[in-house]
Amino acid sequence: MKTLVWVEHDNAAVKDATLAVVTAASQLGEVHLLVAGSGCKAVADQAAKIEGVGKVHLADDASLSHALAENVAPLIVGLMADHDAVLFPATSNGKNIAPRVAALLDVMQISDILSVEGADTFTRPIYAGNAIATVRTSDKKLVITVRGTAFAKAATSGGSGTVEAVSGAADAGVSKFVSAEIAKSERPELTSAKVIVSGGRALQNSENFHSLIEPLADKLGAAVGASRAAVDAGYVPNDYQVGQTGKIVAPEVYIAIGISGAIQHLAGMKDSKTIIAINKDEDAPIFQVADIGLVGDLFKVVPELTGKL
Amino acid sequence: MKVLVPVKRVLDYNVKPRVKADGTGVDLANVKMSMNPFDEIAIEEAVRLKEKGAATEVVVVTIGVAKAESDVLLTARAMGADRAILIATDDEVEPLGVAKLLKAVCDEEAPGLVILGKQAIDDDSNQTGQMLAALLGWPQGTFASKVEVSGDRVVVTREVDGGLETVDLKAPAIVTTDLRLNEPRYATLPNIMKAKSKPLAKKTPADYAVDIAPRLATLKVVEPAKRTAGVKVADVDELVGKLKALGVAK
Repeated sequence: MKTLVWVEHDNAAVKDATLAVVTAASQLGEVHLLVAGSGCKAVADQAAKIEGVGKVHLADDASLSHALAENVAPLIVGLMADHDAVLFPATSNGKNIAPRVAALLDVMQISDILSVEGADTFTRPIYAGNAIATVRTSDKKLVITVRGTAFAKAATSGGSGTVEAVSGAADAGVSKFVSAEIAKSERPELTSAKVIVSGGRALQNSENFHSLIEPLADKLGAAVGASRAAVDAGYVPNDYQVGQTGKIVAPEVYIAIGISGAIQHLAGMKDSKTIIAINKDEDAPIFQVADIGLVGDLFKVVPELTGKL
Repeated sequence: MKVLVPVKRVLDYNVKPRVKADGTGVDLANVKMSMNPFDEIAIEEAVRLKEKGAATEVVVVTIGVAKAESDVLLTARAMGADRAILIATDDEVEPLGVAKLLKAVCDEEAPGLVILGKQAIDDDSNQTGQMLAALLGWPQGTFASKVEVSGDRVVVTREVDGGLETVDLKAPAIVTTDLRLNEPRYATLPNIMKAKSKPLAKKTPADYAVDIAPRLATLKVVEPAKRTAGVKVADVDELVGKLKALGVAK
């Protein structure tokens, strides 16, 4: 089977999420990549070095900057004449483009796969991760999004792919990129961090979140996450949100502070290797999934913990 | 412009799903069903557009069992939708089939804007809006946290991985809602009573003559691996010791 992987990049480098998709694709067959964008030759050269990669299709056109689905999807549909499957990371860009490709090909997409069970059979989470479904497709072409935390990352060196230019990109003329507001952070990226310190509503306000959660995260070299309650209350921006509707993470260590553990939050973090919970309510549901729990007032416990590290 | 809002009846988000012992699916017998939370946000946004004068009519549509009429479409009309369409079927329809049925509805109704939830909390697919946009050849503003309509432009602020992104779409367009787009209003009792007299059209998939045969077969559904019970530590010193043992603290 010939597979195509849509490469997530920021015009300078291949994003980590792509590497897990390459691993999933290699379980299906030969791996080709698509680097689409504007002025992204350097990304294609870098992508060609990813272990196990054959051809790298480079589509470089002004209409492809900002990954607008209206312009990217027809390009991918064109490439599907020579491929049996196309895989995307289940990132906001992947989730935006993939279903558009699937509908144009008249196939059902398989969302957020956790494993490849066979050439047409996959597992995926449903009901906020409370159930795992095994599904078999009868479609001839496969369109798949891949949960990044469920597959190992392919090595970024050792590959010897060849870069080949793709033409045919065009502006569909129905959508325009206006602007982006990207939150700046010196800390590791949430979805690829080894350690995450996450805060909830119990922090009470933005000042407490910054003065209690962030110093602890910095001591541990951790990324900072949040529950939906903390985001809705405005303590932190929404791209911090971990959960069914936010980011799905699976770090080595997840430290949940002042988070009760609603099922929508657990959906985003319960595959973490070790879960540590700090909460003053010993009946909080978070303690049912935590490997290590500390019952106590976070306003006393967290500064003490940060001080002793 | 006319706004079309597709909604779905799902297991209530507060209910913990139970996997059936025979592995065929999740047990939906005798459990509370409600409107998908993202769809409530979609209706709220459509009604707000109407209240601002940007929308002329709000039409809500659902595909599913006949019970969706009382569970979901009544609530939608009580929230402010002008009329409803029920496409009744006992079969489970996949996002691709739903998108095809919705395309047929769009061909009939000619809305200027379709607002859908970004995903349904049962199958967690996050596909229908994008698929409908593809089938119609319309632009899409997914994961919207802000929508502004002026003339034939729809400016959508989207929640993306690193933060926010704004796109400008040419109507007719598709928007899918994210959680922070708005706070849906409650359907009050007087409005529920009034909603009962708002129009409801009953259809079946056969009326639209589109192929909705499933492409995916669910072989089995299992519970995720259980986490083993953890330990509680007595104080911060013990926790520091555990963190050191895990190798995350020096």
